[in-house]
Amino acid sequence: MIRINILLTLILVACALGVVTSQHKARKLFVELEKEQQLARQLAEEWGQLQLEQSTWATHARIEKIATEQLRMRLPDPKLIQTIPLNHPAGEPVDSTDSKEASKS
Amino acid sequence: MKANQKLLVILPAQRSRLLVGLLLLGFAGLAGRAAYLQGMHNGFLQQKGESRYGRVLEMNANRGMITDRYGKPLAISTPVESVWLSPQDVVATPEQLSRLADLIDMDADELHKRLDGLAGTSQGSRATSRRDFVYLKRHLSPAVAAGIVELKIPGIFLKREYRRYYPAGDLTSHVLGFTDLDDRGQEGIELAWQDELAGKPGSRRVIKDRKGHIIEDVESIRAPKPGQNIALSIDSKIQYLAYRELKQAVEANKAKAGGLVALDVKTGEVLALVNLPTYNPNNRSNRNSAQSRNRAVTDMFEPGSTLKPFTVAAALEAGRITPDTVFQTAPGSFSIGKATIRDAHRTEALTVTQVIQKSSNVGSAKIALSLPPQTLWEMLNGAGFGELPGSGFPGEVSGKLRPYKTWRPIEQATMSYGHGIAVSLMQLARAYMIFAAEGEIKPVSLLKLDSDPVSKRAISRDTALAVSRMLEMVAQPGGTAPRAQVNGYRVAGKTGTAHKLEGRGYAKNRYLSTFVGYAPVSNPRYVIAVMLDEPSAGQYYGGTVAAPVFSRVMHGILHMQNVPQDAPGGNATSLTAAPPKDNKGDV
Repeated sequence: MIRINILLTLILVACALGVVTSQHKARKLFVELEKEQQLARQLAEEWGQLQLEQSTWATHARIEKIATEQLRMRLPDPKLIQTIPLNHPAGEPVDSTDSKEASKS
Repeated sequence: MKANQKLLVILPAQRSRLLVGLLLLGFAGLAGRAAYLQGMHNGFLQQKGESRYGRVLEMNANRGMITDRYGKPLAISTPVESVWLSPQDVVATPEQLSRLADLIDMDADELHKRLDGLAGTSQGSRATSRRDFVYLKRHLSPAVAAGIVELKIPGIFLKREYRRYYPAGDLTSHVLGFTDLDDRGQEGIELAWQDELAGKPGSRRVIKDRKGHIIEDVESIRAPKPGQNIALSIDSKIQYLAYRELKQAVEANKAKAGGLVALDVKTGEVLALVNLPTYNPNNRSNRNSAQSRNRAVTDMFEPGSTLKPFTVAAALEAGRITPDTVFQTAPGSFSIGKATIRDAHRTEALTVTQVIQKSSNVGSAKIALSLPPQTLWEMLNGAGFGELPGSGFPGEVSGKLRPYKTWRPIEQATMSYGHGIAVSLMQLARAYMIFAAEGEIKPVSLLKLDSDPVSKRAISRDTALAVSRMLEMVAQPGGTAPRAQVNGYRVAGKTGTAHKLEGRGYAKNRYLSTFVGYAPVSNPRYVIAVMLDEPSAGQYYGGTVAAPVFSRVMHGILHMQNVPQDAPGGNATSLTAAPPKDNKGDV
């Protein structure tokens, strides 16, 4: 009887210590989780700021200015543009110079 | 042994009983106290205990982003720091204070006033009691905020807040509106969809250890609900194009104001909505109501000749006329009672098609008078005049369409060419959908739609196509707006030049020039309505002032969207790729 009691006491002590350590571990992990979540929030904010920055750099007015002034780009002359319809209503591909076909459609 | 026995003899039984009794009494006292603490006082004590280690954390909800139809951000909230102070707790050296004043760019007197807890800036408000919470400066950049933390002045704290930024600046200001300092919507989309955008801040209870780490999540009192992102129907590229062209036209014609609405015929989505003058929503200081009003949606005007196609459509629908019916328009004026209707250009007899093409007031008045008032009213009402266009924009107007029972003949005649009726530019653009979409009309939407909205039939397909053919003639040589042509595409539209209302009558030389049109005619995709208010550089006809804007914007859109051409190239006399003179889209 006494032996069983001693055994049970030992098991009880072991369990109690186990509870303490796992609680401690859980808290440590939780602190870590909290840190990561904080980081995630920070990154989300940074993402917002970067999006803002990107769209400020990519303003249409700015792009157009660089394209026309620095890169000297311009719209091609309409005569130089050839349109190739994928599925023309008439069923056969025509180019834009085929005026009769195009104006009828 | 003997001594013990002696003791036993000496101690009487009562004494030991008394001792036991006292001990029991002590235990009973302790048990009672324990029961009292554990049972009756429990709640209070637990609360006290928890306040030693428990904390309630506020969780901010970020305001949702507003994007264009392709997800490009148009309004973003980013965190900024606000500095506040508790006047009683501030202990600072003069040197610290002067550095603080430099950092937040505030003059020393003002700073001292705030330090005294007198946030009210005027001298007279000295009577106000000292406050515990005074904002020093709101919405500082993180760098400045870090500098203030470095000063380490007790009693000065930072508070995280959100500020709204609009990367597209004055391009989209009328559509988006703006928010106030506390990030609540005040105008435009920001106001209309405030509930969806705002989100709800949450809070949670946690346990913190000695070092301030959160070690346990006790409960989530309210989960924060972040604001939803809203995708607008606006295409920022088209918006920019429209803005650029309209601005150029407003400046070239010295107009007081201008507006442009571009709609997708298939869905009723608003692709571009531009108003001039405009303002930069990122700058709170210089803003007034004249600039911030979204004229295209909230202002009414008399549409002028752009209304004639509806008169003709009503007559066609009623079977009173055919496109080739001839009306006598000579000698260019027509009297009803005391009033006389005049044409801008003298003509002889005109067919119905020519009435539209040449924009004859006399012709359209005669067509209108051949109809019962109710028929005309039903037509105009069916095209959406006198009812809200359905965009949900704050301050949207329904225009003015008076009940037909009160119409006098002269009113019916003038209404046929757009006087005595008031519409918004948005309504006008939407109404032209009936000619572009083969007789069907859809509600307009400022939000990107996932499915096609329910459309309502306003006129029959045949009538719509017949009017469409007439409108195409307007942009042909001999019409009022050959400058509306787009190279490679068939366009249809109608000009409008209305005298502005002034007091009780019409102003002699102040005009509203409009052009509404759509393209490509073989399979219409886009409707664009352009309006210029008081062009005063000599030209004022809709065909010369507003039509070129339509042409350039339409050309750009059709190109951008790779719409197949439906006309031979080189059909347009005026060419479109105008070099941008002014492209300061300052953000």
